[in-house]
Amino acid sequence: MIWSKRNILFPLKLTDSLLQGILRAGAVISALVMLLISLFLVVESWPVLGQISPVRFFTDTSWHPLEGAYQLMPILAGTLYASVGALLLAIPLGIASALFIVYYASPRLAKWYKRLVELLVGIPSVVFGFWGLTTLVPLINQLHPPGASLLAAILVLTLMILPTITLTAYSALMAVPAEFLRNAIALGISRWGMIQGVALPAAKNGITAGIILAAARALGETMAVLMVAGNVVQYPETFFDPVRTLAANIALETAYAMGDHRAVLFVSGLLLMLLVMVLSGIAGLLEKQRHA
Amino acid sequence: MHEVRNTHAWQILRDRGVQFLIYASVLLISAVFIWILVDLIRGGIAHLSWEFLIEPPRDTGRAGGIAPILVSTLLILLVAVLTAVPIAWTTAILLAEFVAVDNAFGKAVRFSLHVLAGVPSIVFGLFGNAFFSIYLGLGFSILSGGLTLACMLLPILTSTAEAGLRTVPNTYRTSASALGLTRTAALIHLILPAAAPVLAAGLLLGIGRALAETAALLFTSGYVERMPDSLLDSGRALALHIFDLSMNVPGGDTPAYASSLVLVSLLLCINILAMKFAHGLQRRKIMT
Repeated sequence: MIWSKRNILFPLKLTDSLLQGILRAGAVISALVMLLISLFLVVESWPVLGQISPVRFFTDTSWHPLEGAYQLMPILAGTLYASVGALLLAIPLGIASALFIVYYASPRLAKWYKRLVELLVGIPSVVFGFWGLTTLVPLINQLHPPGASLLAAILVLTLMILPTITLTAYSALMAVPAEFLRNAIALGISRWGMIQGVALPAAKNGITAGIILAAARALGETMAVLMVAGNVVQYPETFFDPVRTLAANIALETAYAMGDHRAVLFVSGLLLMLLVMVLSGIAGLLEKQRHA
Repeated sequence: MHEVRNTHAWQILRDRGVQFLIYASVLLISAVFIWILVDLIRGGIAHLSWEFLIEPPRDTGRAGGIAPILVSTLLILLVAVLTAVPIAWTTAILLAEFVAVDNAFGKAVRFSLHVLAGVPSIVFGLFGNAFFSIYLGLGFSILSGGLTLACMLLPILTSTAEAGLRTVPNTYRTSASALGLTRTAALIHLILPAAAPVLAAGLLLGIGRALAETAALLFTSGYVERMPDSLLDSGRALALHIFDLSMNVPGGDTPAYASSLVLVSLLLCINILAMKFAHGLQRRKIMT
């Protein structure tokens, strides 16, 4: 009896540990991908990181990579303007959408509107870019040529980050304990008074985390911006001037870049990744605080 | 008393104002969404036909169809999914079933995937170009494009699968071990089938993400629009085709509209199906 039991148990134990081994191997591979990406970005940027002082990205006369002039500031400024502009538009609209779903709409309407926002997430950036190019750019061109401009980039980016803000704000608002709201209503506070005084402060961390995630997405967005922003390396003076962003610059020049130029593009990729990593790290911390 | 009534009137006014603003923003967003959809449909429906789907492109895409592009897209997707799914799901099973939440190894893996999820797609493109295309010598090919996408899919597949496994009630695990099932048997016969709808939903979300991707494929899978002969051949994905037609081909707008319509309808179907799966699981959880 005992013998047969051991015979049954032995291979079973073996399959369990075999399975664990396979699972661990998979997990190690997933963890290594991030290391591999960082490693290759650093290796490819190394020729420039070692030789050219980073100060030159800010002091060179212009961005003419073929002649060895690597002034990154106008591109950084373009990236910043486009992202901040999109955030300024998307934050109020996104929070308003979330409030609508949670507190204003009937359950049926709320379900449909939430579904619409979720479908908006699924539209690929290249389609947003194409729509911007064929619809928004001619419209802006009528207002003020050339049309492909900072404004077009801001509008397209707004559409792309709006769902992120809406959906994270929605889940933050849903997580506000119902008794808070019931107490507020029992005190006779008006609906907006309850939202402003109770719901929004309680959901503050979650909403901020969502906004930071949206900012990261806006910084890293490539195709849509590339298609509508005009891609001229310059400091924009008005909303109607064309700009070039960091991500669009990589997409435009990697195809033909050689030597130092290619390394500079990898440096800008590394910079972009670090920026986005810092932002998503902050968002993660905020989320953790919310759950604590 | 008078003052109280005054603040009350002000509050009512303010509430109405805020409500108006919120309804106005919602209307605006819905209108823009419908505007985009109507624009795409109006621009593309006339050009869309069965021939468009089964013919090769002619005159750099201005005429003809998108058949080889659909094939390339499918191949890139297959490579990405077949590479990413085994790695992602084994990671998810390990994280959800075999290591404690505060385990150091588990934490490291989760952190690494969290960081990976935030990396912009153009950076994946740079990495794919440097690693798969040049270092591994795969060149501009469907294989290097697919593998680059696989790296992108890892975080989303892992996190959805882990969340799905965690929704399986603990009674399943305790009952299985009380009956003397090994953990492997419990996993295969009980937990994975119970979590299957969420796994499927996550898979669909991943496929949607991969279909929509352009920037990561720019320097990895290449631009060539003919029918691919093998996985080492360059192939143009559908999203890249739209980009190329609208930016580099004058007069390519109509086929670009039609291709966008194909891409968006594919993605809408996939996303609605994913929502259905996730919704189905929620309903079943209430019943048990």
